[in-house]
Amino acid sequence: MNILAGLSEPTSGVVKMDGFEVSGPSLDRGVVFQNYSLLPWLSALRNVTFGVAARFPQWGKARVIEHSTAFLAKVGLTGDAIHRKPSQLSGGMRQRVSIARAFANEPKLLLLDEPFGALDALTRGTIQEELIKVWSDTDQTVFMITHDIDEAILLADRILLMTNGPMAQVAENVEITIPRPRVRNDIVEHPNYYAIRNHLVHFLAQRSAELSGKADGPNSPETVRIDLTGEAGTDDPEPAPLLRAVEV
Amino acid sequence: MRALSENKKAALLSVLLLVVGCLIWEMSIPAQKAVGELTEYELLTGGGQPKAGVPPPSQVLGKAWEQLSNPFYDAGPNDKGIGIQIGYSIYRVLTGYFLAALIAIPLGFLIGMSSVAYKALNPFIQVLRPISPLAWMPLALFVIQDSEASAIFVIFICSIWPMLINTAFGVAGVREDWVNVARTHELGPLKTAFTVILPAAAPTIVTGMRISIGIAWLVIVAAEMLVGGTGIGYYVWNEWNNLDLTSVIFSILMIGVVGMLLDSMFGLLQRAVAYTE
Repeated sequence: MNILAGLSEPTSGVVKMDGFEVSGPSLDRGVVFQNYSLLPWLSALRNVTFGVAARFPQWGKARVIEHSTAFLAKVGLTGDAIHRKPSQLSGGMRQRVSIARAFANEPKLLLLDEPFGALDALTRGTIQEELIKVWSDTDQTVFMITHDIDEAILLADRILLMTNGPMAQVAENVEITIPRPRVRNDIVEHPNYYAIRNHLVHFLAQRSAELSGKADGPNSPETVRIDLTGEAGTDDPEPAPLLRAVEV
Repeated sequence: MRALSENKKAALLSVLLLVVGCLIWEMSIPAQKAVGELTEYELLTGGGQPKAGVPPPSQVLGKAWEQLSNPFYDAGPNDKGIGIQIGYSIYRVLTGYFLAALIAIPLGFLIGMSSVAYKALNPFIQVLRPISPLAWMPLALFVIQDSEASAIFVIFICSIWPMLINTAFGVAGVREDWVNVARTHELGPLKTAFTVILPAAAPTIVTGMRISIGIAWLVIVAAEMLVGGTGIGYYVWNEWNNLDLTSVIFSILMIGVVGMLLDSMFGLLQRAVAYTE
């Protein structure tokens, strides 16, 4: 993730985006860190305006605040809460601020590094829904790392499965054939849901270990498409949020 | 008593301690005279003469009233009001102190951000830091050739170290995550320093500044005793030469009060820059 963001250098190889090599951190790639990484001396709103002002230096102060407030409202933070310091917010609210900061910057690619890892299941569910809401307004390309299979199926268009380390590599590209808009409660009823879920569980439980350490594995991962509905493929070229499930 | 809050109880106890302390002090003075056995110290301070000796608190209080009701009178080089003397001291402390801050904080930033700079400068800091600031006085007097500027230099040299070390420590300890936030937002080095590293390190830096102002205020008294002329340190020594112990005790108390005020100013600043993670 740090290499994708440009915060670390790869040992070998390059990361390319839009045909250009990633040579350092850039506003084109927004990052939501697992530990929120909010600046604790700034209020929630100021944390977002901090990013917006860096992204759009030509904007006036009022426009920056308006834009930031709008994105905070999209993740459900309004009123008094946006003027509080991160230490006065719950973990879920902090991650909301962090998500608002990343989306408000409108980067070409948004990188989410296990954003819900530190949250309890209930909060995680709420914020996942908010993430879908913010995302569907922007159609932002999102790359997210998660360990949570249900979260991956709910949010992703494609899941890239990684093998165990050392020499972990992308082994499979699983397409999620459940139509949007997706609601947590309804997608479990979809015929494809458990087929995909079982496939993922089998991979994580068994094959990721079997495939690990095999550097001579396939260079381009095999694409897996599980669709029990028999509908026509949803081959629309909208920017797809990528999702990578990693087993540790 | 039960209904009183903790603060009120503490305040009451403080007043009680003050009153009891002063009473014991007041009563112990005639008793010493009655015994007639005077220590060498008392003889030296004029204890052998009638009415001389350590003055009772009532006398100090009278002196304080007399001095504080007209703090800014100026009746020649050896007779200035306490306000003027303290004013000179504060002026020297603040001048030396801010010159030190001007150098220590940017230099501390550099040392904190670069481990090469840290390793290169550390031996110098470690050798220079433990030197008593007054040890610089002869050299300062010789090189600068001006007692006023030498006193300021002594303040400068004693207040630079805590600020330098704390700034370097604070800057080096800024969490990698926050620096990464600045990097992913493409902030330049200067912008990162002012918008991320400075506020993140501010509590540690201000702690260093607070330690420094405390040391500077300790040192100015001794420095002014040496350079003479004006200032609270000179005033203490001058009154000692006049054998006016009432004034000596009064000025000791004033040194304490001013030191407390300077410290509490930085306490407020510390609270203003504090944050909880």
